[in-house]
Amino acid sequence: MPTADEILTKVRETLVDALGVDDDEITPEATLVGDLGAESIDFLDIVFRLEKNFSIKIPRGELFPESLAADQSLVKDGVVTPQGIAELRVKMPHADVEKFSKNPKVENIQELFTVQMIVNFLQNKLAGGAA
Amino acid sequence: MRWFWIDRFVEFESGTRARAIKNVTLAEDHLHDHFPGYPVMPGSLIIEGMAQTGGILLAEMLNFENLVVMAKIPKVMFHGRACPGDSLFYDAKILDGREDGGIVECVASKGGVLLAEAEFVFACLPGSGSKTACQQNFLKTMQVLGLEEARRGPAET
Repeated sequence: MPTADEILTKVRETLVDALGVDDDEITPEATLVGDLGAESIDFLDIVFRLEKNFSIKIPRGELFPESLAADQSLVKDGVVTPQGIAELRVKMPHADVEKFSKNPKVENIQELFTVQMIVNFLQNKLAGGAA
Repeated sequence: MRWFWIDRFVEFESGTRARAIKNVTLAEDHLHDHFPGYPVMPGSLIIEGMAQTGGILLAEMLNFENLVVMAKIPKVMFHGRACPGDSLFYDAKILDGREDGGIVECVASKGGVLLAEAEFVFACLPGSGSKTACQQNFLKTMQVLGLEEARRGPAET
């Protein structure tokens, strides 16, 4: 079982390959979209590379849940509802939903996707959890 | 003009690698604009040919059951240029293939000299089944491109 630092090192290599960013830009707090310039199609690429580099299988939507903002029962007037936040906690236990819940605007959902979130996901996954 | 940027498959190992040939000819309209009096095959069309080679290799591995579309080009590098009279070979290799897409690397060469190299990420579109007219037409095109023949064994180049 690799340590968090070892996982972070491999995640860094993965993101350098997938996003073409410099190694030193990839801090644990960096957001994939805002800081590292990822676009939606990059998420697919990142998942492919993580699976290969860590020899694991990541079912579609497990690391990066899809269409969260499109579900109208979870979003009202551009803000994620308490029900939506509860849903996020279930779907993304690896993300910092607490921080997001303080300003749960739809456009802030992408801030959940950080380098640390990927590391958390992998730690849980490699420990045998469903992440 | 039809959007085929390979002429034929010359080697094809299912799920592993494929080699396609593209003969560049002055009959191609675009070469008279790129550039007037100095025809050079646009790099974007070499990329397209490499992507078609790799995309079909991946789609075949997945039995052409869904549409495979190029999603992203993480890396591409050119080392030379292609002109009328050149025969380009595109060698594609699957780095990672699975039911929802994959990563393919491809090298373009002419006369054994490296021309370009690229990596592609493909996504497989669910629900675009092999029964659609679009896919049926595509499969017929694969016969024209010699895929079956190349799959059976070495072809003359």
